[in-house]
Amino acid sequence: MSSDSTPTSKPVKTTGLHVGDAGPGCRKVDPILVADGVTRTFGGLTAVDVEHVEVPRGAITALIGPNGAGKTTFFNLLTGFDKPDSGRWQFDGRSLAHVPAYRVARMGLIRTFQLTKALGLLTVLDNMKLGAKGQTGENLFRSVLPFLWRKQEDEIEAKALEILARFKLDTKKDDYAASLSGGQRKLLEMARALMSDPTLVMLDEPMAGVNPALTQSLLDHILDLKSQGMTVLFVEHDMHMVRHIADWVIVMAEGRIVAEGDPHSVMQDQAVIDAYLGAHHDTDLGTTDTGHVEVLKELIDDEQ
Amino acid sequence: MIDWIAIFSNAAQELISPTTAAYALAALGLAIHFGYTGLLNFGQAGFMALGAYGYAISILSFGFPVWAAVLVGIGASVVFALILGIPTLRLRADYLAIVTIAAAEILRLVFTTNTFDALTGSASGLQGYKQGFADLNPIPSGTYGFGPFTYNAYDWWIRIVGWTLVVVLALITWLIMRSPWGRVIKGIREDEDAVRALGKNVYSYKMQSLILGGVYGTLAGMIFVLPRAVVPANYQTSLTFFIYAILLLGGAATILGPVIGSMIFWVLLSFFSGFVARAVEAGWLPFMSQVQAGQLRFILVGVAIMLIVIFRPQGIFGNKKELAFVK
Repeated sequence: MSSDSTPTSKPVKTTGLHVGDAGPGCRKVDPILVADGVTRTFGGLTAVDVEHVEVPRGAITALIGPNGAGKTTFFNLLTGFDKPDSGRWQFDGRSLAHVPAYRVARMGLIRTFQLTKALGLLTVLDNMKLGAKGQTGENLFRSVLPFLWRKQEDEIEAKALEILARFKLDTKKDDYAASLSGGQRKLLEMARALMSDPTLVMLDEPMAGVNPALTQSLLDHILDLKSQGMTVLFVEHDMHMVRHIADWVIVMAEGRIVAEGDPHSVMQDQAVIDAYLGAHHDTDLGTTDTGHVEVLKELIDDEQ
Repeated sequence: MIDWIAIFSNAAQELISPTTAAYALAALGLAIHFGYTGLLNFGQAGFMALGAYGYAISILSFGFPVWAAVLVGIGASVVFALILGIPTLRLRADYLAIVTIAAAEILRLVFTTNTFDALTGSASGLQGYKQGFADLNPIPSGTYGFGPFTYNAYDWWIRIVGWTLVVVLALITWLIMRSPWGRVIKGIREDEDAVRALGKNVYSYKMQSLILGGVYGTLAGMIFVLPRAVVPANYQTSLTFFIYAILLLGGAATILGPVIGSMIFWVLLSFFSGFVARAVEAGWLPFMSQVQAGQLRFILVGVAIMLIVIFRPQGIFGNKKELAFVK
């Protein structure tokens, strides 16, 4: 990500989140999500092996790590989209082990996906309305009697329009979601997640494939979630963004948590630099990494 | 000389025939499965067979009244949908396709086998179950209608019941598809993981959809056998494909599509077969025998389906943007 996308205004960071020394698996003052001994193997590969981790409430936590570190798998395990081999984890004091994904969502833990899952052939407004919880009209037998759900539907629509306006998607409300740009779909997915008033929002690479013009607006929306009292946990590769908005950073490598701390101290951590960022983390890899250039040349040769 | 009046009046009769109504109902059920939910059900013929046999066996072997026979058929198709759905709806869509196509064939072969001859009549099928339905007919006996649409009281009674059912179920489908339930269903068609992440029990919704569309198919099977006998050979996989043809012709995610599609399908089929048969008779097609002429209409149906899918994949009523094929 180029540096012109780096926002200029300084967001207010939340501090004093942890108890004792900051380190892998350190205790938090008020954890919203606690995981213990969560492991997941695919054949011989251990994708996730997390001994203990706590996500602080009311803060923005970034989960970073190199490709294949198990971040997305960990996400899937926490949200019920994948089943771990072992482990216990709880959200807001309630156990999430063996709870199916839809129940996890109903508890107030809403996730988004790395590859955006906007429902293409539904209108933007329908996408939003789908996000609302506890709809009477979603019962097959009650759905044939519109007078039972009409009032609730109007309330949901008003709420959807209000959130859409905030995300500047209100002019698109009658368009199919498939007609939105990649960045707009990311916004829509985030907006849709808000329809259920979640307590914890988990964003899987919210910035992937978003053009710099939209980055700032997305960042502001994530900060906005925190100011509304929600907890945010996100996976991201863009270090500018992590440094800018995260209050707490958890670093994963090869399935384990290798470091934790506030963004600045984590990025000085030698273990993190070695394991993940490499020596060139502050320079533009595109121009200095000769390895990439050679791979590209080979690819071009292959095509010809 | 070709008797054009006979060809056209035969074709026109198909417009309101009970068979057309039955196919419209089955296609409407398939629209719920495939068009709205994205479930690839290739076993609609099986649901229809359950309706036909459930109704006929209840009356012939157990002496049930009409309403109880209808309930038996519906109950059987609910059980069938559960058996199909419980193992496969958690898996990817294509597994349901494989399981449904196999299950419908298993059903047909069970109905065909001699082992249950006392109950199912094996390959020769069942008849003589129509009295109960005919007794409910409020129309005094006689012949009514005009032009090609002249039928006796029983034939009118089947048509009225069949098309009333089509209208009622089309209205119900329209109501549920514009409700929040329909929104969840269409969301599942687009991306079930996204819907799951929003707190909806996707598995349960897919099961509801499978059962609902299957019950439509079962009612279609009952209407289908009222003007004819129950014969197992009618419930081959090709029946499912004709219903898919109707669905694609009309538009997969539409309400009117399956109904109008069924009318167009049967009128055209009747017109083609009438025309080809008489053209062979008149010596216009010297390279063809009467038997070959009887098969030609299905070749023409195949060509027509290909043309539709290539040039108008959304069907007649479909919105090109809202279509399961276009992703």
